[in-house]
Amino acid sequence: MGAPLIGARIQRKEDYRFLTGAGQYTDDVTLPRQTYAAFVRSPHGHAKIKSINAAKAKAAPGVLAVYTGEDIAAAKLGGLPCGWLITDVNGQPMKEPPHPVLAQGKVHHVGEQVAVVIAETLDQARDAAELVQVDYEVLPAVADVRLARAKGAPQVHGIAPDNTCYVWALGDKAAVDAAFAKAAHVTKLDFVNNRLIPNAIEPRAANGSYSRADDAYTLYVASQNPHVERLLMTAFVMGLPEHKVRVVAGDVGGGFGSKIFLYAEDVVVTWAAKQLNRPVKWTADRSESFTSDAHGRDHHTIAELALDKDGKFLAMRVKTTANVGAYLSTFASCVPTILYATLLAGQYTTPAIHCEVTAVFTNTAPVDAYRGAGRPEATYVVERLVETAAREMKMDPAEIRRKNFIRSFPYQTPVALLYDIGDYDATMDAAQKLGDVAGYPARKKASAAKGKLRGMGYAAYIEACGIAPSAVAGSLGARAGLFEAGEVRVHPTGSVTVFTGSHSHGQGHETTFAQVVADRLGMPIENVDIVHGDTSKILFGMGTYGSRSIAVGGTAIVKALDKIIAKGKKIAAHLLEASEGDIEYANGVFKVTGTDKQKLFGEVAFAAYVPHNYPHDKLEPGLNENAFYDPANFTFPAGTYVCEVEVDPETGVVKVDRWTAVDDFGKIINPMIVEGQVHGGLTQGIGQALTEGAKYDSTGQLVTGSFMDYCIPRADDVPMFQVDTRETPCTHNPLGVKGCGEAGAIGAPAALINAITDALGVKDIAMPATPQNVWRTLNQKKAA
Amino acid sequence: MAVKVSMKVNGKAVSEEVETRTLLVTFIREHLHLTGTHVGCDTAQCGACTVSMNGKAVKACSMLAMQAEGADIMTIEGVAKADGTLHPMQAAFKEHHGLQCGFCTPGMVMNAVDFATRHPGASEQEVRESLEGNLCRCTGYHNIVKSIMAGSKAMAGK
Repeated sequence: MGAPLIGARIQRKEDYRFLTGAGQYTDDVTLPRQTYAAFVRSPHGHAKIKSINAAKAKAAPGVLAVYTGEDIAAAKLGGLPCGWLITDVNGQPMKEPPHPVLAQGKVHHVGEQVAVVIAETLDQARDAAELVQVDYEVLPAVADVRLARAKGAPQVHGIAPDNTCYVWALGDKAAVDAAFAKAAHVTKLDFVNNRLIPNAIEPRAANGSYSRADDAYTLYVASQNPHVERLLMTAFVMGLPEHKVRVVAGDVGGGFGSKIFLYAEDVVVTWAAKQLNRPVKWTADRSESFTSDAHGRDHHTIAELALDKDGKFLAMRVKTTANVGAYLSTFASCVPTILYATLLAGQYTTPAIHCEVTAVFTNTAPVDAYRGAGRPEATYVVERLVETAAREMKMDPAEIRRKNFIRSFPYQTPVALLYDIGDYDATMDAAQKLGDVAGYPARKKASAAKGKLRGMGYAAYIEACGIAPSAVAGSLGARAGLFEAGEVRVHPTGSVTVFTGSHSHGQGHETTFAQVVADRLGMPIENVDIVHGDTSKILFGMGTYGSRSIAVGGTAIVKALDKIIAKGKKIAAHLLEASEGDIEYANGVFKVTGTDKQKLFGEVAFAAYVPHNYPHDKLEPGLNENAFYDPANFTFPAGTYVCEVEVDPETGVVKVDRWTAVDDFGKIINPMIVEGQVHGGLTQGIGQALTEGAKYDSTGQLVTGSFMDYCIPRADDVPMFQVDTRETPCTHNPLGVKGCGEAGAIGAPAALINAITDALGVKDIAMPATPQNVWRTLNQKKAA
Repeated sequence: MAVKVSMKVNGKAVSEEVETRTLLVTFIREHLHLTGTHVGCDTAQCGACTVSMNGKAVKACSMLAMQAEGADIMTIEGVAKADGTLHPMQAAFKEHHGLQCGFCTPGMVMNAVDFATRHPGASEQEVRESLEGNLCRCTGYHNIVKSIMAGSKAMAGK
């Protein structure tokens, strides 16, 4: 038997194809008789469509069809649905304006899909799209989350007065008010959690085709959850039975949330493929990604923390306005509510918490889940408040955290979650040691000698992952289950193909999941392949988001493996003429306990498929098992980040000088892959705090519409990271895993802004802390 | 207007009729069906389209196919040995987990091979600066930098 596979730094099985250009991303798929689509999009934030004249476009070379909202209405295609119903404080359902796949009479954001031109070549489609004449009557627009409910603000949708989708609340308001009344100290912050554009490097793409012979559709699409995409598209939009639609999400070049959702283009190319009886391909250019991918964050929050004289947290009061954009995207409604307010306890024993969230419509692209989805916003609230309170009360920021850590588990928070396990002292202690916090004063002195301002900041985050117990989610408004499915197919000579409903778009499941399977079955990892991303191969799947793949998808596979081993024991008992109860399985061998009688896994598999000597009266032939797993609870990864910055007061440039991350992800399958996830998450969090910020002007024009204007971090914006882990295994899944995909993006912004405000000696600075912003803040401080 | 372009791609002479406005990356992806070269933006920022032209890394989205007339082009498909053995830079990316979703990876490798050839023994900071024109959203660059430093050493035979 070789070294254990769980916890091993196994190099990735998927790398060879990516390194040699053999990946198959959606745009790489070109079908026989392929046609190409170009979308005509709204150049206005808010406008009436008075008329559309497509005559010239239809007559242009190579053009096969031009479709507008009228064609969509005539075809009776439904609008894009929202998958989560939020009920407001008065018991009323949220406002759900129709979200047509091509605009009907009005456009509500720049980049909205107005018409589609389909032609023989992409150039022909794009040329002809320029010829579609749309006569707009431009309307006043509102884009800023802080202005959406202002008196006289332009109204985005008639059915949503005051641009309000819902007002929702969680927690005990009376208890919070009482605690604030007796507080020795109150810390208050008022800030915007800046709007972000996910920008996976692979743009969205969709290639729809239709077979008259089978009356069936196939959609190749860059998606994180092909079965969910199919369910939403068939049941809610196109009115088709699911068995007539195959959705394939092969290699996908990053998602970060933005490829969870059902988008208009996916529906249009699928529908048009039948109209033309030819495949229709669309791939976003980057400008289209900027204006039509779902964005993230965009909260305005006023938050207060009440403390006693010793720095013990008494209560937290949070009031947030969340921008949902022009339409409700697939999970838009649950991100600033269920995935946000429930995380406000953080790692602390704060006894009373109240959070009120008002979701508003604006003339901007829809806002939905982006890496962390609600949890980075919650962590930013908690960890900025805590650090600011420590400074105001002249306490050490680590000590004030320790004073309030939860230490007894399970722990019921006042905001609905039940933490099963954690050890927040362990991650804090390790982060302080690894980050050499003791050496910070000397480094600060050395920076000062160079004329630089050094600052240090912490963030001790928690997240709820492994989404989610379906019954709980359902009671909170989810319109879907949130389990996962897996299938283990043992081949006659003992190798294994595993089909998972989780989807990998960079996470390395083909390796991590294979480690789990090979470890469990006691076989070489080369004998295991993982298949994902095709509804015609995978029995079902809810897909990958919310750091759920290993905790939920991995557990489904383990459950199926348990069934394989259980059946294998029955077969082995027959072959070995022993009682089933006496068979044990380890290291690839079925053995009669206490004897040397044994059968190899491959021999048992062979017997299952060549059942000449087989217990036919008790067992079916074959060795193939499915499992669905619905989690018992969320998982609760947590950790501490310590960041040090050095600010040049002359230029305002912030150098991220040191970054230490110590996370508790429970059991770790492949540390190399986990570290990579942390590095990437941290960098997106650093991007939010330092370089990224989507800006719309007052007419709803996106002024950060390219990589020239919207700065995602470059290699020289980030340092080498020091990362380590501590481990408290999750108590309610068999692998003891919690998930690691989002942690970095959740904890990083608060740590970085805590460090920058420390360096500058200011209470707050808006994200992103660009050089101009930092320089201005410093000079305002000097002037004051 | 159509025009005939001829060049060498991955050691093989190719010749095709294209529209004059055809970008080199479109020629490579759509005409030659070499889909390892990717398109990630439209402003020459992301570098996913990077190929080697006469030994130098160039962005194939920012030049016309006609401008590569007579050139010697290498795409990611031509980097490994004919028997499939990975180039030392590719091997370093695999060993150091320098890729996640894989979409930026071909451009990263093409740029890194050129950079390592011209600047053997570059420092971490120099490697980071060499990546100014290559965006990655997955890795935080940490392991890409490690990969390039290791790949660079391996290419120099150290």
